[in-house]
Amino acid sequence: MMNGRLRIRDAIGVLLLAAGTAAFAASPEQAYSDAGPEPMLSAVFDHIEQNRLDAALEQTERLLEAYPNFRLAHLVKGDLLLARSRPLQTLGNALNAPEHKLADLREEAVARLQAYRDKPPTDYVPRYLLQMHPDQKYAVVVDTQKARLYLYRNTDGRPRFVADYYISHGKAGAEKVREGDKKTPVGVYHVTASLPRQKLSDFYGSGAFPINYPNEWDKRLGRNGHGIWLHGTPSDTLSRPPRASDGCVVLANQDLDALAKNLQVGTTPVIISNSIEWLSLDDWQSERAALSRSIEKWRKDWESLDTDKYLGNYSKRFQSGKQDFEQWAAQKRKVNIGKRWVKVAASNISMFRNPGKEEMVVVTFDQGYRSNNLSNTMKKRQYWMKEDGAWRIVYEGGA
Amino acid sequence: MFIDALLPFLIECQNIQKPMGAKYSIMTPRRFPVLQRVTTLLLCAGMLTLFSATVRADALQEANRLIQLGEYGPALKQTEQVLKDKPRDAQARFLKGLILTEMNRHNDAIREFTRLTEDYPELPEPYNNLAVLYAQQRQYEKAKHALEMAIRTHPSYATAHENLGDIYARMASQAYDKALQIDSSNASAQSKLALIRNLVSDAARPSMLASRSAPDSVQAASTPPSLPVAAAKTEPSSAVSRQPAPKTISAPEDGSTAGSEREAEQAIRDWAAAWSRKDLKAYFAAYAHDFRLPGKTRSAWETERTRRIDKPAPIMVRIENIRVSVEGDRAAAVFRQHYQSGSLKTATTKTLQLVRRDGRWLIQQERIAK
Repeated sequence: MMNGRLRIRDAIGVLLLAAGTAAFAASPEQAYSDAGPEPMLSAVFDHIEQNRLDAALEQTERLLEAYPNFRLAHLVKGDLLLARSRPLQTLGNALNAPEHKLADLREEAVARLQAYRDKPPTDYVPRYLLQMHPDQKYAVVVDTQKARLYLYRNTDGRPRFVADYYISHGKAGAEKVREGDKKTPVGVYHVTASLPRQKLSDFYGSGAFPINYPNEWDKRLGRNGHGIWLHGTPSDTLSRPPRASDGCVVLANQDLDALAKNLQVGTTPVIISNSIEWLSLDDWQSERAALSRSIEKWRKDWESLDTDKYLGNYSKRFQSGKQDFEQWAAQKRKVNIGKRWVKVAASNISMFRNPGKEEMVVVTFDQGYRSNNLSNTMKKRQYWMKEDGAWRIVYEGGA
Repeated sequence: MFIDALLPFLIECQNIQKPMGAKYSIMTPRRFPVLQRVTTLLLCAGMLTLFSATVRADALQEANRLIQLGEYGPALKQTEQVLKDKPRDAQARFLKGLILTEMNRHNDAIREFTRLTEDYPELPEPYNNLAVLYAQQRQYEKAKHALEMAIRTHPSYATAHENLGDIYARMASQAYDKALQIDSSNASAQSKLALIRNLVSDAARPSMLASRSAPDSVQAASTPPSLPVAAAKTEPSSAVSRQPAPKTISAPEDGSTAGSEREAEQAIRDWAAAWSRKDLKAYFAAYAHDFRLPGKTRSAWETERTRRIDKPAPIMVRIENIRVSVEGDRAAAVFRQHYQSGSLKTATTKTLQLVRRDGRWLIQQERIAK
């Protein structure tokens, strides 16, 4: 019996090693909400690591009281019961069970524990949330590798952590390219609609929030597919494995319900990343200041009516609709001949860095344009890319 | 007073349970290892009376004789007669509980044993049997509690420990069932879980298997007629020959082949089940390393099999009319194999040659009869 206990502890130890080393040292002043099953799940594994199997089983029972459909907890319960009659080798000792189902639950255990034990420090923010505009009360950032969704509140432009939730993403991983590739897209998106539970089958759980994949940049790169949603979970389970969907981001129903309260259709950004990059507040501040200066320069250059200076803000790889840079330049030169004065106002600016290797930021703002012969207002979206150390526009269009 | 005298004997009974329990493992379905221990105790109770010289004991002995003949009604009457004079008699009440169990009057049996635990909390056996009854009703928490009580009274009570191990294993199975969303109404999933329990219980009781030395013929003779009846409760058409033996039980030492045949048959059924659920690991493990392949290397054969089995369409392999003959460590099996996958549906007569290595029956040759 003692032997069995030691072995299960070792097995769990190996499992946790597989979860990787802590990215951040835990700091005592962390002020995260401890909602969700992770605190209890973590306590279960703590007990196991310290060889307190009875306490572990008790804790597992409590976890199951709170989350009756938590399959992973049922698995751990099975192990803890079985450990009383034979030594265990690993997490999930149901012999002859479908191996892929066990592997899924092990992956979920690793993802949940890792996310819980390696929470990002409060004084770090996801690099992507450079600036939220005042109407955007919240922002959603997804880390597919960590199987985690982070919710941030907009506090005077500074993102403040609110909550994080376990999620599932595409069976085939992230970086969606084609319809049917079972991958989750990576990029800057926003919620486009809210589909209530009544309009959906049980599969989608307590609701769904479609996002605007493919966005302008996806289309430009020829990516296709559609119907990428944030949605809930079938009623027979608390959660699905980390890689389970056809590309959607799937949350537990209670988590989706909590999240739904903060989602604004057409407004709330949803940024999906393979692996979130975190910035200290200082670095975040300087990144956002640099880009803000570039945007301000673009605005002033436009007002100056110096077309070359204005076009200097655009990349040679620029494209908007069917226009490439040359066509765009020619059109701007033609238009500027008839202008005696131009006033451009940019307000409600949001800046979201696109996850990925390329340094690209999606900028959206309300543009007020006035001139001697034409005035209009519009919502504009630009994709800025860093080229040779300078930010330049690679896409521009209405939003 | 009498109880004091009874206790040492009850403990002695427990001591002989190990070989007996193992002995019965061949005669009773391994899926109900807990159940067999009720009947084991029944034998104990039966022997008790042999040593008693009182009239009451004679009456109880008669009741025991009736039980062994399967005459539960008269046995119950006989026992109740004793209880009329001595309503608190522990032995008679224990016997009554056993008879009620045999008669499938489980709730009455539970009531009888519960009262016994209340009146004689120092006796572990009523707790144990209560646990067995609860386990049959899948009330594992109650079963567990009862066994814990039995162990509290007698910390070295082996049967209760073993039963508790079984209960934990069953509870574990239930939990795994929920974790993996295995539909318990699905037969193949059920047999998977039954197999888990078997392996668990075997691994947990190596001493039982090791000490199994009584020859099969004697076992059969000493098996009271009540045993198949008890088994039939949960498996209506069950006959002794149909009951699967666990894979890991070693060969009987007297050369009797009945057990071996069942083991070989079970190995074949496991092989078909592994094939059906596309468990390639288990499927290949069913073959001996020297499995004969005309003109093919093992790896070429495995590649080909993997390619065929790993197709998306579900596979169903069913075995019918199996006949197994065993000679030493070799067995030959002939059966009708029904195979279905996608639109392909075949029925063939198959012959397998099996060989026993390290207590496991492995396929050495596979042929389709014309």
